[in-house]
Amino acid sequence: MTEQLKEGNGGHTHQKEHKQKLKNWKEIPIGGKILEAGNSKEYKTGDWRTFRPIHIPEKCTNCMICWMICPDSCVNVGGVDDPNKGKKGVSDKPNLGNFGGFDLDYCKGCGICAEECPFKAIEMKEEKEFKD
Amino acid sequence: MANIRELALTNERLAPGHRLCPGCGLSIIARAVMRGTKDPIVVATATGCLEVSTTIYPYTAWNVPWIHNAFENAAATISGAEAAYKVLKKKGKINKEIKFLAFGGDGGTYDIGLQSLSGALERGHNFVYVCLDNEGYMNTGIQRSSSTPYGAWTNTSQVGKIHKGKEQFKKDLTAVVAAHHIPYVAQASSHNYMDLVRKAEKAFAVKGPAFINVLSPCVPGWKYPMQLTQKLAKMAVDTCFWPLFEVENDKWILNYDPGDNKKPIIEWLKMQKRFRHLMKPENTHIVEQLQKNVDFRWENLKKLCGKG
Ligand code: SF4
Ligand code: SF4
Repeated sequence: MTEQLKEGNGGHTHQKEHKQKLKNWKEIPIGGKILEAGNSKEYKTGDWRTFRPIHIPEKCTNCMICWMICPDSCVNVGGVDDPNKGKKGVSDKPNLGNFGGFDLDYCKGCGICAEECPFKAIEMKEEKEFKD
Repeated sequence: MANIRELALTNERLAPGHRLCPGCGLSIIARAVMRGTKDPIVVATATGCLEVSTTIYPYTAWNVPWIHNAFENAAATISGAEAAYKVLKKKGKINKEIKFLAFGGDGGTYDIGLQSLSGALERGHNFVYVCLDNEGYMNTGIQRSSSTPYGAWTNTSQVGKIHKGKEQFKKDLTAVVAAHHIPYVAQASSHNYMDLVRKAEKAFAVKGPAFINVLSPCVPGWKYPMQLTQKLAKMAVDTCFWPLFEVENDKWILNYDPGDNKKPIIEWLKMQKRFRHLMKPENTHIVEQLQKNVDFRWENLKKLCGKG
């Protein structure tokens, strides 16, 4: 059984238990069909990670570059209301995605997001610093 | 074109949980390309890293209809699907607009799939082919392809007393495809993602075949720290090793000219351990050869684009 834990830091979620049970032969559909699109979501690649991205909200401008370039689609898209709306350089258009935290179930810790964030709003920290 | 924050609200067509290496360029590119159209798409993928890593049984990372096929026939497969769609549309059995997309690596495009791609382009099917060029057969353990650069180490272009890495220059596939005189051909890079999305939009919009060749840095194959994928792609463009350009109805357009900031090729080489042997003084002539080749091709391209 897995349990989603909410963490204080930037809406991180973390899988408590990483056990991934393979189906036995009776459970596999006839013909070996895969019945659900995108079911790779059941396979958590988060345990590959040795460094964890940490978000620094004060520096973040919600530019969403990290979302665009994450190879593992694990920057979540938050609510559409922009807290910076109207501030200098921020469009006041509705319907814009916001930074919504990292999906640590899949983040492989490559560090591309930290490297490419133009505002240095992401830091990589060694995984052993975290107890969970 | 939508900006990133608007794109962020569109559906994710490649789910996480795939098993590409951390920091891989392939999925960055695939995600960006599939944002080039709002219409439903059908995807075929030639054998290669993207294909095997996204579809390890019993999982699939694809949120779109996806066809598996062999190394050499992604273009043939997708042209068959497109032809079937046309017939069904004519018979009134389908009435929505559907786009067809094929992904192939450099092995599946520059080498093994070249004839099926050429055939599909010549027949004029309405599809987009995207080559994800990581400059070698990385999925099978880093062997050379016709896309591997001159001087690069691979498992089949070894470095020793006599041989110093690959002894042939990279094939200019984008020009080969342009010689088919199809409506749209482009070269793009993962670091310039908005340029990539724009090119994908154009490619999906044209009637007839379209082709985009995208350089995709490979962490274990090129041997660099995994967080630098976008930096590697950018340096390839800044050294003019991988110029960004498009060919629209036979008109060549240069998208980016670093001008006086054009960097020497050694800047790109020294970021990658596959070129480590070229840093030795006795191998400088290889770097010079490569530089000459890069300069020659760059000047040639500028002429084609009316900038020379
Ligand atoms: S790239 Fe940096 S500034 Fe932009 S949304 Fe991500 S964390 Fe925020
Ligand atoms: S570290 Fe890599 S996988 Fe994790 S969120 Fe950043 S870009 Fe994505």
